[in-house]
Amino acid sequence: MSAGAWRSTRNAAVLIVGLLIAWQLLYAIAGQAALAPPLATLRYTAALLATEGFRGHLSESMRAFGAALTIAVASGLLIGFWLGFHKLAGEVCEPILVALYSIPKITLYPILLLAFGLGMSAKVAFGALHGIIPVALFTINVVRNVKPILIKTGRVHGLRPTEMVRIVLFPAALPEIFTGLRVGFSLTLIGTLLGEMFAAQRGLGYLLMTAIGLHNVELIMAVTLILFVFAAAVSSVLLAVDRRLHANA
Amino acid sequence: MAHTSSAHVSLRGVTKVFASATGGAGLQALGPVDVDLRRSEFFAVVGPSGCGKSTLLELIAGLTAATTGSVEFEGRRVAGDIPDGIGVVFQEDACFPWLCVEANVAFGLRKAALAAAAKVRRVREVLDLMGLAEFARAYPAQLSGGMRQRVCIARTLVSEPRLILLDEPFGALDQQTRLLMGEEVLRLWRGTGATVFLITHALDEAAMLADRIAVMSARPGRIIDLIETHWPRERDSHIVERSEFGAVTARLWKSLREESLKTIGRPAGQA
Amino acid sequence: MTRIGLYRALMIAAAVLLLEGLCLSGMIDRLTMPPPHRILLDLATILVSGSQNAAILKTLTNASIALALALVLGVVGAVALHGHRSAREILEPLFATYYAVPIFAFYPLLIVLMGLGDAPQIGIGFMLGVVAVIVNTLNGLDRVPRVLRKTARIQRLGMVEIALTVTLPCAAPYVLTGVKFAVAYSLIGVIGAEFIMSRGGMGYEISFAYTNFDNATMYPLILLILAVSIAINAALSRWEKVLLGRRGQ
Repeated sequence: MSAGAWRSTRNAAVLIVGLLIAWQLLYAIAGQAALAPPLATLRYTAALLATEGFRGHLSESMRAFGAALTIAVASGLLIGFWLGFHKLAGEVCEPILVALYSIPKITLYPILLLAFGLGMSAKVAFGALHGIIPVALFTINVVRNVKPILIKTGRVHGLRPTEMVRIVLFPAALPEIFTGLRVGFSLTLIGTLLGEMFAAQRGLGYLLMTAIGLHNVELIMAVTLILFVFAAAVSSVLLAVDRRLHANA
Repeated sequence: MAHTSSAHVSLRGVTKVFASATGGAGLQALGPVDVDLRRSEFFAVVGPSGCGKSTLLELIAGLTAATTGSVEFEGRRVAGDIPDGIGVVFQEDACFPWLCVEANVAFGLRKAALAAAAKVRRVREVLDLMGLAEFARAYPAQLSGGMRQRVCIARTLVSEPRLILLDEPFGALDQQTRLLMGEEVLRLWRGTGATVFLITHALDEAAMLADRIAVMSARPGRIIDLIETHWPRERDSHIVERSEFGAVTARLWKSLREESLKTIGRPAGQA
Repeated sequence: MTRIGLYRALMIAAAVLLLEGLCLSGMIDRLTMPPPHRILLDLATILVSGSQNAAILKTLTNASIALALALVLGVVGAVALHGHRSAREILEPLFATYYAVPIFAFYPLLIVLMGLGDAPQIGIGFMLGVVAVIVNTLNGLDRVPRVLRKTARIQRLGMVEIALTVTLPCAAPYVLTGVKFAVAYSLIGVIGAEFIMSRGGMGYEISFAYTNFDNATMYPLILLILAVSIAINAALSRWEKVLLGRRGQ
């Protein structure tokens, strides 16, 4: 392994060990009513993953998240490209998008519930709502900032419009778009989860809310752990890809 | 060799080695250097890129500590702390972009033991001196590169330093502006009586401005030649018309040529 | 108003009118959402009668405290981390993946640790906001040119003085970006926590109104939160523009 890779691995290891130690200390301070210690949580999680019921909740959440992410990315990219290419529309609409980005979307939640009712569609809508705006904003930015020299070069080489997009514009824009996708991923995940917490009878979020209500500490910790590991793992992969793309840009 | 007590700045056996990030052998950037700066003289340093000129300046200013040897300013050792009475003008634009010109210059008096009214007066004086009075409320972003450097010079002058260090201050400016700024520096030097230490890569600039010029070798930089120009104190850019000026620049280039070739990787013997 | 500003205002007006039309015609039924004019009237009624004042005050106060904590600790934390490269490298993956983690899952933990008062909600608001402040402040500190710090050192300023008079003012626009996020997150944290489990505050009132089909209370409160957060965000953006304008950017 190169020196750089060694350092990253060592840093990651230090972080993980540090978090585990902090967890154990927090348990020592707060006691059984608040937390479950790392080892017990891991055992409980393993047992949980083995049960059918839990896997049902897990697949429900994954389906909702997948749908929300697809909608968020597709719509975000579409809106972003359109507003990026049409200067006037972009200038008029971008501040509106920025304002929408800044509002605490959790407040819109009851409205979505009234519109979609309890169940899958509300979850997916809430998740998509969180992710669509950052993807759109990043995409607008990147389309606006494509260096004209790249387009000129493409023209000099006689590229047709579709080729231009495929060979020049898309690769050039990819690093920034990917950063938007990464942010969109995180936010859509949270949005879907929050949706499940308040408006579902199935899914990890629902499980979490029930656990909070019943004060089932072990379940709370297990679900949180699963979500944290999933989010951290995928986020780290996306971050690594993001860095690689930016390094080559 | 003992430090000469009459020297304003004194360096003895100074080297600077930068520690390697990977833990191997360090990079010797400079030295050994032995040199004295006389009080109120104008001292210039020229040398190829990377020879350690800026490091030398930072050692004198106290921004960095020497690995071996000693640096003395006004008879006291410079080590780790910035001594009082030193002013520095850097090569990069060091104007604070969030402050107007007047506030930038006033920053130079933060540590001064003056009453507020006296500070305001002093700032006004220096602004007038540097021809910046009408731009007092402007922001650096609205000024040209040359004017921004004037603001940095003003900020340095306002605290009345006894030693002024200039690290290629006119590097980013065009030739004509450089000549005019050079004359201004001479004027300020005579007016303040400070010792001036100038780093430049422009040989004609060094030859025109300085009383003594040190030529540095390629890295690790050592002083390989020290030229006395014997110019009169009351000089300006007309000095370039003298025949001795040509002799000085010729000698500078002769010493410098070999070192510069080394820096760009060609053996000194070749053309 | 500029031409673009005019277009934008017209667009928003058109959207509101469309909504009004859909509501009045019955395409959006009364139970889902009242017409916009009704919402505004209800809001006026609530504000004038002062029936919700206690809840409004509670939520805004708690969010402000969470914001202040996030700002102070975030900026101090960023300044501290900026000087310690190894610590920063270790924590960076945590910061990058932080917002994909359901911070709300820690709400029960905070309740056990801090009791049932306002502290857990403030804690959640703080936890959500602080990382945004740290990340953005670090970004700003990275961009302070080294020559400015050297200049301050030549003036013989101490470390704290340099941070306060040079580094932080230079990084101010980036810190402001972090502040904008923290404003949103502190509101999200406090209101979300009030949704989950609380005895008062706007989140509680909205949740209560939702359960009781009380649209006359629910919608105006939601509108109020949106208005407050958009107003604060707009003010901060204007300040950011002024700061950048002075720097010619």
